[in-house]
Amino acid sequence: MEVEHLVKRFGPFTAVDDISFTVEPGELFGFLGPNGAGKTTTISILCTLLTLTAGRARVAGHDVGAEPDAVRASIGLVFQELTLDDLLTGEENLRFHATLYGIPRSELAHRMGPLLEMVGLTDRARDRVQVYSGGMKRRLEIARGLLHSPRVLFLDEPTIGLDPQTRTHIWEYVDTLRGEEDTTMFLTTHYMDEAERCDRIAIIDHGQIVAIDTPSALKASVGADTVTVSTSDDALARKQIIQGLGVEGELTTDGVRLRVPNGEAFVPRLFEHLTVGVSSVNVRRPTLDDVFMKYTGRDLRDAESGMGERMRMNPMVRSFRAR
Amino acid sequence: MATLDVAAGRLGAASRSGALSRNARTVAMVWERELIRFRRSQARIVTGLAQPLLFLVVLGAGLSKFVGNRGAAGVSYQAYLLPGVIAMSVLFSSLFSAISIVWDREFGFLREMLVAPVSRTALVLGKAVGGGSVSILQGIVLLVAAPFVGVHLTFLNVAEMILLLMALSFGLVSFGIVVASRIQRIESFQVVMSLVVNPMLFLSGAIFPLQRLPGWLGVAVKVNPATYGVDPIRRVMLGDKGALTLGGSVVPIWAEVLITLAMGSAMLALAVRSFRRTD
Repeated sequence: MEVEHLVKRFGPFTAVDDISFTVEPGELFGFLGPNGAGKTTTISILCTLLTLTAGRARVAGHDVGAEPDAVRASIGLVFQELTLDDLLTGEENLRFHATLYGIPRSELAHRMGPLLEMVGLTDRARDRVQVYSGGMKRRLEIARGLLHSPRVLFLDEPTIGLDPQTRTHIWEYVDTLRGEEDTTMFLTTHYMDEAERCDRIAIIDHGQIVAIDTPSALKASVGADTVTVSTSDDALARKQIIQGLGVEGELTTDGVRLRVPNGEAFVPRLFEHLTVGVSSVNVRRPTLDDVFMKYTGRDLRDAESGMGERMRMNPMVRSFRAR
Repeated sequence: MATLDVAAGRLGAASRSGALSRNARTVAMVWERELIRFRRSQARIVTGLAQPLLFLVVLGAGLSKFVGNRGAAGVSYQAYLLPGVIAMSVLFSSLFSAISIVWDREFGFLREMLVAPVSRTALVLGKAVGGGSVSILQGIVLLVAAPFVGVHLTFLNVAEMILLLMALSFGLVSFGIVVASRIQRIESFQVVMSLVVNPMLFLSGAIFPLQRLPGWLGVAVKVNPATYGVDPIRRVMLGDKGALTLGGSVVPIWAEVLITLAMGSAMLALAVRSFRRTD
């Protein structure tokens, strides 16, 4: 997959502003960013659902503008919104998909069984999707996205709202698929452990790619541990730390959050300068959350669809944070 | 890079060889889906039958004394009305069948179809054939009322009628698709269709005979494309000589069918074009 100087404008609004990146065959590529950063627009262009304003994009070796059908035949999609037919059974949904992708009946029988097994829907395959729970629908959708063994699989928050056990199952299958069929994966997620699995991650914000590298390189780029100290008076503690150690902390609900190069060595010095009562100290190596925070100014979790927005809007939470 | 090219080549070749048969199977699959969905929505089946039967039984009985016997065959008003309500049923369900496209868009299923490596034309054809067959099925079921209103049909009559209903339906379904391709919300689709469906029905001769209409009404009836779909159905069912005159002479049935088919083809072409631009 090659994207060169991709631009997408909606009227005066630029949703994707000149992004370029390459995804190697067989790579698991993470595409992270806050809502409204241009993630969905980029995916829609790569899936031929939107046309691009400027630039070039090739998926599985085919130009998305010039050869949309060749691109469509090579990709599979698992979107965060459901795209199933409620009145059809699970099996009928899969059969419909198989027809669209030209999978012969004989082969369908071979592929459908193991996939239904993987997502734990073997017993329910003949029930209408109408009576499925949200998690079951999602699992069926994943099975369907994998049905035609695409060369490139787009996973747009594929496991959102699923229980940990099913998520583990799905990732096991995804790993197998990558091992056996060399499938390229393009993933968006708000789960840190899923982002951690990626070979490389791109972070997009305001329509531009602000960082692109392996998870470990990205974490190294943050270059600092996070020390969180909870005290009887966090505001005073923060002031004392600035005065005594020259480190500007950030007030959070957990206490004062500090970024320092060497967390363990910093803690004893911290105690020397604090006069308020300390209830807990936590030292953490950089995580992808910190990476995300550094480049977008937001938590990976906070950026989760709607959830973060609602939390911020909630007056209870706001007043709690203001204290 | 080399591995990518090999993989792409292999896949490209595979998809090329199967493109035609895949598109043909897609038409059949989209069609089958419409039939399955129809079979599973009982409410739709019941409402689809209730309205025409209400017209036939209540309106027919209520007006029959008042109207008297009609047409060259001298049949009762209820008998006269039967082909009308069958046409009405097909008219309604054909025009509204494309709501499934708006529906699919709202519930995401349209995307499943649009990202697939099949031609948009195959999807439209599947929708058109699917919507058409469901409408015709609803029309045919109404034939059970025939003996009760004194209409006796031969097997040939029924076969001819089915062909005529197909001709009528496919233009209307296509028109629905044109509207559905440009509309995002279910409510808007319903509003637009309601504005179309009632004038089309009342001006088609489905409810009242076309003879001796006031001048302006006569013109409106002749401009309405549905008229040329409804009249042949009545002629076949009732052995009527035809009531539609242009320039003093009765329009032959083949001309009516030709007009209907021409309108239908134009509409289908337009539907394919509109749907291509859907995203």
